[in-house]
Amino acid sequence: MSATALLGRRSRVAPVPGLGLTLGITLAWVGLIVVIPLAALAIKPWELGVAGVAQSLAEPRVLSALAVSFGAALLATLVNLPLGLLLAWAIVRLDFPGRRILDSVIDLPFSLPTAVAGIALTALFAPNGWLGAPLMAAFGWQVAYTQAGIAVALIFVGLPFIVRTVEPVLRDLGRDAEEAAATLGATRPQTLGRVVLPMLAPALLTGAGLAFARAVGEYGSVIFIAGNVPMVTEIAPLLIVIRLEQFDYAGAAAVGLAMLVLSFAILLILNLLQRRLRRGRR
Amino acid sequence: MSIEVREIVRRFGATAALEGVSLHVARGEFVALLGPSGSGKTTLLRILAGLEGSDVGSVRIEGEDMTGVPARERRIGVVFQHYALFRHMTVLDNVAFGLRVRKRRPSAAEIARRVRELLALVQIPELERRYPEQISGGQRQRVALARALAIEPRLLLLDEPFGALDALVRKDVRRWVRGLHDRLGISTILVTHDQEEAMEMADRVAVMERGRIVQCDTAEALLREPATPFVAGFLGEATRLDCHVRGGVAHFDPLPLPPLRVTLPDGPAQAFLRPGDIAVHAGPGPCTVRALRDAAEERARLVVEFGGVLLDATMAGGQPVQRGASCRMALRGGILFGADGRRADAEPVVRVLAG
Repeated sequence: MSATALLGRRSRVAPVPGLGLTLGITLAWVGLIVVIPLAALAIKPWELGVAGVAQSLAEPRVLSALAVSFGAALLATLVNLPLGLLLAWAIVRLDFPGRRILDSVIDLPFSLPTAVAGIALTALFAPNGWLGAPLMAAFGWQVAYTQAGIAVALIFVGLPFIVRTVEPVLRDLGRDAEEAAATLGATRPQTLGRVVLPMLAPALLTGAGLAFARAVGEYGSVIFIAGNVPMVTEIAPLLIVIRLEQFDYAGAAAVGLAMLVLSFAILLILNLLQRRLRRGRR
Repeated sequence: MSIEVREIVRRFGATAALEGVSLHVARGEFVALLGPSGSGKTTLLRILAGLEGSDVGSVRIEGEDMTGVPARERRIGVVFQHYALFRHMTVLDNVAFGLRVRKRRPSAAEIARRVRELLALVQIPELERRYPEQISGGQRQRVALARALAIEPRLLLLDEPFGALDALVRKDVRRWVRGLHDRLGISTILVTHDQEEAMEMADRVAVMERGRIVQCDTAEALLREPATPFVAGFLGEATRLDCHVRGGVAHFDPLPLPPLRVTLPDGPAQAFLRPGDIAVHAGPGPCTVRALRDAAEERARLVVEFGGVLLDATMAGGQPVQRGASCRMALRGGILFGADGRRADAEPVVRVLAG
């Protein structure tokens, strides 16, 4: 066979073996599991008409629920960022008794049924609970049945996402870069601020995105500790359930669509930010 | 700047990484620390840089005691084994790092000028906007070097800096780095396990074995007068053979090698035979050629098998040989160590060919 014939044949062969098959399976799966349900969600509310959707969403109770959900999720993520970084640091860099136990305890919020976590946290932070009572006595703080309680529950479920995304990157980083910075005359804070944190930033952002997404959609652990007072501690997912129970399917879908659009916008921004960081530009 | 290392001891738990190491590096000198892995050379380098502490002993730079001085205040430039570049920064930012973290930080224009100067010095001015992941290994190494030079180091430490480069690039970079050292005159310590690299680049080579410097001298002196059997075996591709001295003659039996005359007391001894000590002649004989090197050179190097032992040897001239051919050989000399550690040069009893 001549060289040109060989080349001609090769150019028709896909660069990845089985590309057609794998692409087909991937697209079918994504369509079935992700796109079709989301499309259904996006279509359903318009049964009410554009004005109906706007009216349904403009209800003060809906706006308040969305604000509570996204506000608490954002707060929890911001609290979890430094906390998760510290925990990841401790697991990777420090050698202390019980490190392995800590390592496995961190994953518990993943595996625990969220309702169990919610009930446990509620019992703990209730005005007569182990933590709730002293907090009440010492500072006059009430956690359970307030917005603070929602944030506590979301911190609990979001923490492992940040620890687990930062940990492997930190482990992979080694100490080389830090030692190089030290020999070049950098103080410890300078090394952390100019070398370590920027190198971890993409992982921190990924973890924050995951934790935030999880927190926005969290239902089980929150409804026990929140108290669910409309306009105060009612979260958007609960409002959806309430509307479903009232057979207001289109209204429930409208709230769902609003959450979807908001979450997507936030995750998109995080992703773009992360892409910029990955290029290494500050 | 002159560097004085005195009696450094460093233990990690029960194992000692350094057991009393002393070393003097003169102003502008290039010294290599050469040894197998685990001999403590990297530990010594890290102690010099201030990245590791020592249990006993002192490091003085230009007479100034460095004990308790943190790495960031030592002004010692380090090129790490895997370069340790900041991968989120451009080449320019990497090199500028040491200037930007200074307490009295130069102006932005001054920093930019200095960085450009350094990048020109290491011959990569066109890469300043690239990120470390976008450049080749050799270029990364130049960046690491420029970054270390930016702090105007009193001492430059190179930790196996050529290990990640392919053989051809390595040779070029080696000569270029030595040339740079000659121009800048910064005292330099190179850590390596590659004897060729150490002997080609350094003024003096400190050979390390299990936490000690066993000998520190010029490459020539190390080859001619190795202080211990370890040095003799580690440098110069010598073949080590056990022998027995009787009446001033070393015998290799049961190996059918010709004996060597040597002034050592009777008893067991170790012989180190360099390739140049073993001369191979083409023609029927008891030896077999197993491998050939530099076959086109005037004096080809080859590996011959003789009595079940593989020997690094040199072609003595005559007909070219091929792999698998049979040949004869003669011993021209060797270095012997007696049981008490005494060294003596050996010479042939009679110039006869084996077999």
